[in-house]
Order: sequence, then structure tokens, then C-alpha cells
Amino acid sequence: MLQFTIRRILQVIPTLLVVALLIFVIFSVVPGSFAASLFSDGRTTANPEMIAQLNRELGLDLPLPQRFLNYVMDLAHLDLGTSFRTRQPVLQLINDRMWASLQLAVAAMVFAVVIGVPLGFIAAMRPGSILDSVTMIGAVSGLSMPQFWLGLLLMYVFALQLGWLPSFGYGNGSLRNLILPAITLGVTPLALLARTTRAGVLDVMNADFIRTAHAKGMSESKVVRWHVARNALVLVVTTVGLQFGSMIGQAVVIEKLFAWPGIGSLLVDSVAIRDIPVVQGTILVIVLWFLLINTAVDLIYAAIDPRIKQR
Amino acid sequence: MTEPLLDVRNLDLVLSHRSGDLPILQDISFQIMPGETYGLVGESGSGKSVTSLAIMGLLKKPLKVSGGQVVFQGQDLLKLRPRRMRDLRGDRVAMIFQEPMTALNPLSTVGRQIAEMYVLHQGKSWREARRLAVHALDSVKVPNPERRVGNYPHQMSGGLRQRVMIAMALACDPDLLIADEPTTALDVTVQAEVLRLIKELCAARGTAVLFISHDLGVIASICQRVGVMYAGCLVEENDTVALFSNPRHAYTRGLMGALPRLGSRLTHGRQRLVDIDSVIADRSVLTETRFIMPRGAANGESA
Repeated sequence: MLQFTIRRILQVIPTLLVVALLIFVIFSVVPGSFAASLFSDGRTTANPEMIAQLNRELGLDLPLPQRFLNYVMDLAHLDLGTSFRTRQPVLQLINDRMWASLQLAVAAMVFAVVIGVPLGFIAAMRPGSILDSVTMIGAVSGLSMPQFWLGLLLMYVFALQLGWLPSFGYGNGSLRNLILPAITLGVTPLALLARTTRAGVLDVMNADFIRTAHAKGMSESKVVRWHVARNALVLVVTTVGLQFGSMIGQAVVIEKLFAWPGIGSLLVDSVAIRDIPVVQGTILVIVLWFLLINTAVDLIYAAIDPRIKQR
Repeated sequence: MTEPLLDVRNLDLVLSHRSGDLPILQDISFQIMPGETYGLVGESGSGKSVTSLAIMGLLKKPLKVSGGQVVFQGQDLLKLRPRRMRDLRGDRVAMIFQEPMTALNPLSTVGRQIAEMYVLHQGKSWREARRLAVHALDSVKVPNPERRVGNYPHQMSGGLRQRVMIAMALACDPDLLIADEPTTALDVTVQAEVLRLIKELCAARGTAVLFISHDLGVIASICQRVGVMYAGCLVEENDTVALFSNPRHAYTRGLMGALPRLGSRLTHGRQRLVDIDSVIADRSVLTETRFIMPRGAANGESA
């Protein structure tokens, strides 16, 4: 198990390097530059000399391979560079924002798991029942609803009309501020979890070993506890992992909507003014997050399913 | 005259559907004496497995029993409360299934799956149950039972897994063991070992066996009496020796004719294997005629 764990964690490093290269190349070829966007006010074009001067200062005049080499060398020292705009270390900027994002993602996931998994389970226990139909209709609605629209709706009802909750802002980490964005972000994974849990449980219920369990004289509740739950968990863990990983990316819209000071809004702002080091750093952190979640999922798999460790 | 252990009386079973019930089993009656090994033989789809599931009370919708009785040790199982039936299942009537690969939970050790029996039916603690599971593995001749008890099903061969199933089924010393094609998924040498094991264990414990197979050879080697099923009906029943030496029903003769015999010469036309028409007779026709007209080669003409 230890060996398996170490191997899986080491596999993250090459992936991260490839991603770093990709991000670097993409942002070197996209049109627009920090200098141009800084000096241009939309009517007059910027003075080319000033742009050249700034590029020199920022090291953007060096050839691309050399810039990449510098970038990777810095990365090796855990230095993500310096923001063009604020001249602060990127790592510090990200550090300031990351925890709010994590808080939001975790809260949304907890909301999704606590409600979605039991709903899917109950629906699978009574397929074709009213509860099943209602759950599945709700799940499809939840999946097809645009998140920003749902966010606006919640804001309107609970903040503006009822006045129960603040409509936006971080509120110094107050739980009340967290509720609306977390629900908005959590609805999609909730719906997905309800569906996959239902499908997973139904799948297991039809397995031969469930018939064996019944033939042993087990009560329905023991069959579920001893033989269904653990087997259905595999699919649930996959879904939670995938959703959790992509959540930080999805959170960009929600963070903008609720003025949540997370890494997503940092990314959007930085792209707009071509603050490349911050953009690169942010994406790298998001990718790293995704990879770590994936690794965690693999490890959990191995813990649940003895067949995986052997490979 | 001893009382039969299991007395299936006029069992009817249907597949219920909006447009009416489709008969699956019709008027099945047979008895199994304590300690006897009774074989049910027939081709795929003839209703052997469904009969066993009906006895176990494990039928799933839309299958349902529409008439008859399944009397086990003097009580009609079909009228038992689900709770009582559950206590009986596994404890007094146990079952082995065809597919040892999928009949065990892949995420649970075999020891735990055997131990469940002792916890369920004998109120043992998990610790004690696990100790008993080692004994159970030993009794079905699994080598290294102390180590094997912690194995997962995927770490075992098909034959070993079927031994685990047998250990599980016999854990609580049932009075009746239903074996639904227990050796079909195994290769021939392993098949012989598993058969011998079932035979020995059940003889030693006085367990009656309902042995289901489409393999006449297997049936002949293990059963005292045989029932032949065809299209949901029990068409013939006799002592094994009598049945094989003098098959009365046309379908039984058809089955025998389809058996390859060691030393028979297939090249010389005369001793060709005879086949039975591959399709099971249409049930709607069957309900009217009740007993089948001989199909294919069995009617004795040049088919």
C-alpha cells in the first residue's frame, strides 16, 4: 500500500511539468500583452517605446525557450514569479485567495454529498416509486440549470426578498456568507451524485452475490449494509473525485457572481490584463489540485477494492 | 414410511404481465426424502433453476407462484412469513449457485462471507465466526485454510471459489442443499473433485440434495432419483438406474440420444449423435396439449 501510494504521488510530477509547458506556450502565443493592455486606454494606441521598455523590465524580450527555462528553474524552487501588476510574489497572491476557494469547494461538496448520496440510495431502494421519480426529475433539473442563473435566483429570494442571508462578499469568513455560493456551486455535483449513486446501487443490487446474500437468509437491511453499500461506494467516490477536482475551475463564475475572493476571480482578473505570471501560477495550482484529488481517489479505490492494489 | 423432507405439490409458476399471466412451470410435483440426492435434469430454459428459486423463496418480479405447495419438514414454505422464511434460508435450506466467479462479493474476504452464516443463524460473534470459517474451509479441503480465510475471491481459482460456496452453504448443517449447476462453470477435472466433495460431505452429514444440471453424466454419478424437466413440466421421474436403462418419455430418450459415448464411432454414420430440435416448444401450444409431442429425432423417423 505504501509503495502504491508513493508511486501514485510521484506520477503527479511529470504531469505537472507537461501542464506547465502547455500553459507557458499558450500564453506566449495568445494576442495581447500586459504592456499593451496597461498603456492602452481604448482610443489611442500605446507608445511602442514605452511598451518595449516595460517588456525589457519584465524580461519579456528574452527568447521563448530561455524564458521557459527560467520559469521551470524558478518552479523548482517553488517560485511562481512576480505579478506584473502588483509586483508581489505570485505565490503570495495565490495563498491569499486559495483558502477562500477551498472553503467554498469543500462546503459545496459536503452539501452535495450529504444530500445527493442518500437521495440516490433511497431512490435505488424503491425504483419506480414516486420518491424515485421526484428525485430523478430534480436531478435532471439541477444538472440542466445554469449555475449563474441559479445563483441569481437564490440571491434574489434569500437575500433580497427574505433578507435571511447576505447576498455577496466574504464577510470575513462568516458561515452565513458561505451558504448561498456553496449551495449554488453544490447543486450540479449533488444532482450528478444522486444519479450515479442510484445507478451504482441498482447495478450492485442486480449482482449475483446479492442473490447469494439473500440465499444465506440475510435481511434486506443487512444485505444493503454488508454487501451493497461498500460496492456502490466505488462509483460514488469516482464522481465525488471528478467533481471535486473540477470544482475550483467551475467556481470561477460563482466567485465572480458572489464577489467571493477566491482563486477563480483572481484568474479572471489576471487574464483580462494579461498578468501572465499570475495566470500561469493560478492555473498550475488548479491543475495541481485536480491531480491531488485524482491521486486521493486512486488511493481510496485501492482501500475499497482489493483487486486494484495488485495491478 | 418416512415423511419426505421436501414435498413439492402441483407447483404452478407464472410470469405476470399486463396482458395476462404466462405459465412458466406447470404442475410440478416431486418429493425428496431425508438424505436423498435428487436430480433435476433438462435443457436450458426448461425451468430447473426457477423451480429451485421458488423453493428458496427467491423469485423476483414478475415471476410468481400461482398455485401448489412447497412443503418442507411439514410446513408450506409458500405460506411462511418472510421473517420465518429468512431464518430457514441458509440455515435449513441452503443453495449453491452456478457461477462461483460472480456469486461471491469481490470486495469481501471469503472468510468474512462464510462467517456471516454463523453470525446470522447461530448468533456467534465475528471473532468466533471467523474461527469457524477456517474450520469450514478445512472441511471442504481448501489447503492452507488459516491463510485462505483472508483471501479475496479474485485471489482464488474457480474450483476453490466453488469450494468456498459449498463451505458457506453447508456452514449451518442444512437439511437440504440445492445445488444449481454447481459444476457447469468448472473444467472437467475440477468438476469431478467438486462433485465428489458434495457427495461426500452430504453423505456424511445426511444432507439431502436437490441437484440441478443439464449434464446427464453428472446426474447419473451423484443422484439416486432423477426428474426430467421439459418446457416447464416434469415429464418423467424414476430411479437413476431405471431411468437410464429404460427411458420412457420421448424427450428423455432424445436427451440420451444426444449423449456422446466413449468408444462410439462417429465417422460411420450409424452411430451418429442425435440432436434435439434446438428450440423449446412454444408455450402457448404446450398449454393446450400439456404433454409434448416428441420433437425431432426422438419420434423415431428419419428426421
